Amino acid sequence: MHKKKKLKLSLPKEKLQRTGSRIRKRINRKLWLGFLTAFLVVFTIIFVIPIVFTICNSFMGKAEIASNYGMIFATTDKGGKQFISEVVNLKFIPDKVSFSQYITVLFKSPDYLLKFWNSIILVVPIVVFQLAVACLAAFGFTRYRGRARELVFFIYVILMLMPYQVTLVPNFMVSKWMNILDTRWAIWLPGIFSPYAVFLLTKFMRRIPRSLFEAAKIDGAGEWQIFRKVCIPLCKGALSSVAILVFIDYWNMVEQPLILLSDEQMHPLSVFLSKINSGEIGLAFAVATIYMVPALLVFLYGEEYLVEGIAYQGGIKG
Amino acid sequence: MRISIKRGSRDTKGLGLHSHRDRRKNRNRIGEQTIKRKSALFLAPSFIGVALFFVLPFIVVGFYAVVNNPIQHEFVFLDNFISVWNNSAFRLAAGNTFKFSVVSVPLVVVLSMMMAFALEQAIPWKSRFRSLLLSPMMVPIASVVLIWQVLFHYNGVVNEVFTYLGNDKIDWFKSDYAQVILVILFVWKNLGYNMILFMAAISNIPKEIIEVAQLESAKGWQIFFSIKLRYLSSTILFVTILSLINSFKVFREVYLLTGDYPYDSLYLLQHFMNNTFRSLDYQKLSAAAIIMSLFMVVIIGILFLTENYFGRDMEDA
Repeated sequence: MHKKKKLKLSLPKEKLQRTGSRIRKRINRKLWLGFLTAFLVVFTIIFVIPIVFTICNSFMGKAEIASNYGMIFATTDKGGKQFISEVVNLKFIPDKVSFSQYITVLFKSPDYLLKFWNSIILVVPIVVFQLAVACLAAFGFTRYRGRARELVFFIYVILMLMPYQVTLVPNFMVSKWMNILDTRWAIWLPGIFSPYAVFLLTKFMRRIPRSLFEAAKIDGAGEWQIFRKVCIPLCKGALSSVAILVFIDYWNMVEQPLILLSDEQMHPLSVFLSKINSGEIGLAFAVATIYMVPALLVFLYGEEYLVEGIAYQGGIKG
Repeated sequence: MRISIKRGSRDTKGLGLHSHRDRRKNRNRIGEQTIKRKSALFLAPSFIGVALFFVLPFIVVGFYAVVNNPIQHEFVFLDNFISVWNNSAFRLAAGNTFKFSVVSVPLVVVLSMMMAFALEQAIPWKSRFRSLLLSPMMVPIASVVLIWQVLFHYNGVVNEVFTYLGNDKIDWFKSDYAQVILVILFVWKNLGYNMILFMAAISNIPKEIIEVAQLESAKGWQIFFSIKLRYLSSTILFVTILSLINSFKVFREVYLLTGDYPYDSLYLLQHFMNNTFRSLDYQKLSAAAIIMSLFMVVIIGILFLTENYFGRDMEDA
């Protein structure tokens, strides 16, 4: 009797304590998540500021830019007399929205357009043909995995991991022997045969169930048909993501043109932009924004593919 | 090592995986020899290209590195290496690059892992954060260089804040702090990419194991160190190697910010290479390239060995 009573009494108290600690835990968790979110918001804003800033500044008139950043770029400018400002003004919202920078860049100074065109003509063939070559090669690496082929694949991986400082030396020498130095071919050819896309696509294709290939084979398809009708349709997502990755890589190129193209007229905008700073600072932000646009468009269009493509890379072996 | 691949998103049913035994069987069933021959044709264009533009010239580079000049071809063994090694510009460049990599690579790996874990929590706007953090990767460096100049110039914004706080101005690009800017730029550029690699790996950690550990009343940090980090080891290796390669690419930023001849602490290996290219000194170039590639191979080898050591019991997971 006595014992029973005691038990009954003790139960609610224990329960109460437990729910109490649970509530406290939940509040703590809420607080922690709130704190984390706040931190992430701040961190992300800091991250995006440089991009937003560039775009905003491209809508300022020439005079406004000069008065805001005169101090900074006056030092590098030879005939800088219109730079009046003593202090630097970091501004997001232009006093007066003007498209004068864009108009000048697009219609009055063919130099920038030429460089932009250079960028396109250097990058697009590389992306297209690197993908084509890599697709074929990846299929070759997937369809059969002998010892010799694994060794070749290993060489590809090692090459992929080598920094430009190493691979540019062989590239330079080959270009010299083939007499294509200082022509676009010197950039195109090594770019097209770069092992990077082969590596990514092989990793993807090796996940395609082998039984699919075999089923096609039993149905009478030749290797080329298997490749065209089975493999490529299955790889569409991977192809887009690899295309994006390759595009960004070459849209950003600086090292290759500096060494392989001595003629500055052929340099892409990525190299040329650094030389704008000295002269027409008023235009620089507009040019920078224009240069950003293709990359940002690709990003907005293919973000899902890109994220997927990056996630696929996770690991070198295999 | 293999885990990350096996557990890769779409492959949960194990469809794409074939044990060795399966493959043997298939090989006997369908004419594997013809497949071998025909698929080699697919490989051919890429293989020829890679051989022509990377492998063969690299062998020649190896040859140039041990002869005295391109005409006489007199064998001098290590002389070129020694002269490059003793070259003060090379020393400076290698030292700066090394210093930069040693600081920035671990920093970006740890930071991106932290961000990936943070984004795994139940917080709102996850995909927004992800896209925004990834966006610096997409933006051409040349486009944002202007902003960095505005920020870090001698008369720039950062210095204005500094003077406001009562400090002296620092000429960022021409001081020993220059590398700090580089590290910031590097983290800014690479964090998103690495973060996504980590997020993919984290979502592949089997939930059951963590639940079991929780049932056995493991502490949070125990779960983190003994389970999560273990499962992430291959990704950590990959991200480290990737960041290491990218840390060699930071020359782009330096070049666009400061041009061909930057302040001493910003003189990187690529600057050395560029200047050597200009003087067309093949011996020096070749020897430097060989030294660097050996260095890379050694570092990647060490990373692989460490990963194998720590992830060895995960192999058959």
